[in-house]
Amino acid sequence: MSTATERVWAALEALTDPEIPVVTLRELGILREVNDAPDGLEVVITPTYSGCPAMGQIEDDVRARLAELGVAARVVTRLSPPWTTDWMSDAAKAKLHAYGIAPPHTRPAPDVSVMRFIKRPAADVVSCPHCGSSRTVVTSQFGSTACKALYKCLDCQEPFDYFKPY
Amino acid sequence: MSTPIDYLLHLADNAVVLGQRNAEWCGHGPILEEDLALANVSLDLIGQARLLYQRVAELKGGDASEDQLAYFRDAHEFRNYTLLELPHHGPLVGYAAADRDYATTIVRNFLYSALMVLVWDGLQNSADAGLAAIAAKSVKETSYHLHHARDWLVRMGDGTDESHARVQAAVDHLMPYTEEFWTTSPAEGAAVAAHVAVDVWALRPAWDAMVNDALAEATLSRPNFHGYVTEGKVGLHSEHLGFLLAEMQSLARAHPDGRW
Ligand SMILES: [Zn+2]
Repeated sequence: MSTATERVWAALEALTDPEIPVVTLRELGILREVNDAPDGLEVVITPTYSGCPAMGQIEDDVRARLAELGVAARVVTRLSPPWTTDWMSDAAKAKLHAYGIAPPHTRPAPDVSVMRFIKRPAADVVSCPHCGSSRTVVTSQFGSTACKALYKCLDCQEPFDYFKPY
Repeated sequence: MSTPIDYLLHLADNAVVLGQRNAEWCGHGPILEEDLALANVSLDLIGQARLLYQRVAELKGGDASEDQLAYFRDAHEFRNYTLLELPHHGPLVGYAAADRDYATTIVRNFLYSALMVLVWDGLQNSADAGLAAIAAKSVKETSYHLHHARDWLVRMGDGTDESHARVQAAVDHLMPYTEEFWTTSPAEGAAVAAHVAVDVWALRPAWDAMVNDALAEATLSRPNFHGYVTEGKVGLHSEHLGFLLAEMQSLARAHPDGRW
């Protein structure tokens, strides 16, 4: 890693998600690469959900931070390989939990049967981030954002968000 | 080998038209959770449409842009399935007003999502790398849309007499429009030949299995089909698309290149 790319990483390291300010873009797996390309520095980001309204803000935040640093680098959005919650670091998952959002489960192994799209993973137990109880129910598949589902805890009665595996 | 642009437009127009339709529930959902759910489904669909329009613009070059494709084409240039432009209620002429019917919304989302999980899954191997990348994201989003719609289909079908009757009426009304899935348009034929598209005909048994399984669990019956097969995907639309586009496009057309 060159000094220039190290400097950029260091500067972008602290940028957080606009919707979930306790986790950084790097921990979420949105900030992918910083490359010292022949034609200049390049920062690669990848979108979460196709329609995530935070992506515009994220790109602006990255550009603004680079401008602050006086670094000329282009910001490239890359779709492939597609973002997955499996890229989220354990540290990020712990922070989500502490923030009151149940972190995503690891995605189940691929299944090839015809009905795979409508089957539910067998062990889809989501623990309450407030009291730890596993007696929880889905209130809605879509919570405050597309990436989260709304759950309710049957023990402490608190509602909470679950970051869905993607 | 060139990527058949008309096929990408078909996929993009499907997404943008259903995204616009579902967004009509924003602020009017039957319950708050469903209001949020439909808004989130719409955001995914509009996001998918944007990625596809961007890919088309990239292939066309010149001054083509996602905004130009979404806002400055007229109804006959759209290539979406007729199913997706219909209003959220049973058969009525385009200018007639009726209450939105959530059963219609759910049944349509179910029928379309059940097709698209299969289409996106297959398109991950498209010869067009840009389309394959979009498909890999879309298949994950669409499977959540399918779960959502299927849950409500079963809940309403196997619910009260009223909810059962309404969701059965929606199935009877909308199912004939799905025949359009299984005819091959020239754009689809060209895209299949170029290994860019999947042959939808080959997906039919899997779609039938998903639909029949859900209808059985929902205690609903599947109507027999006979009659006219719609042709929205070749640009022959119902009277409803013009009204939808008028609303969707008016702001961009009143303030071309407006920024705020
Ligand atoms: Zn609890």
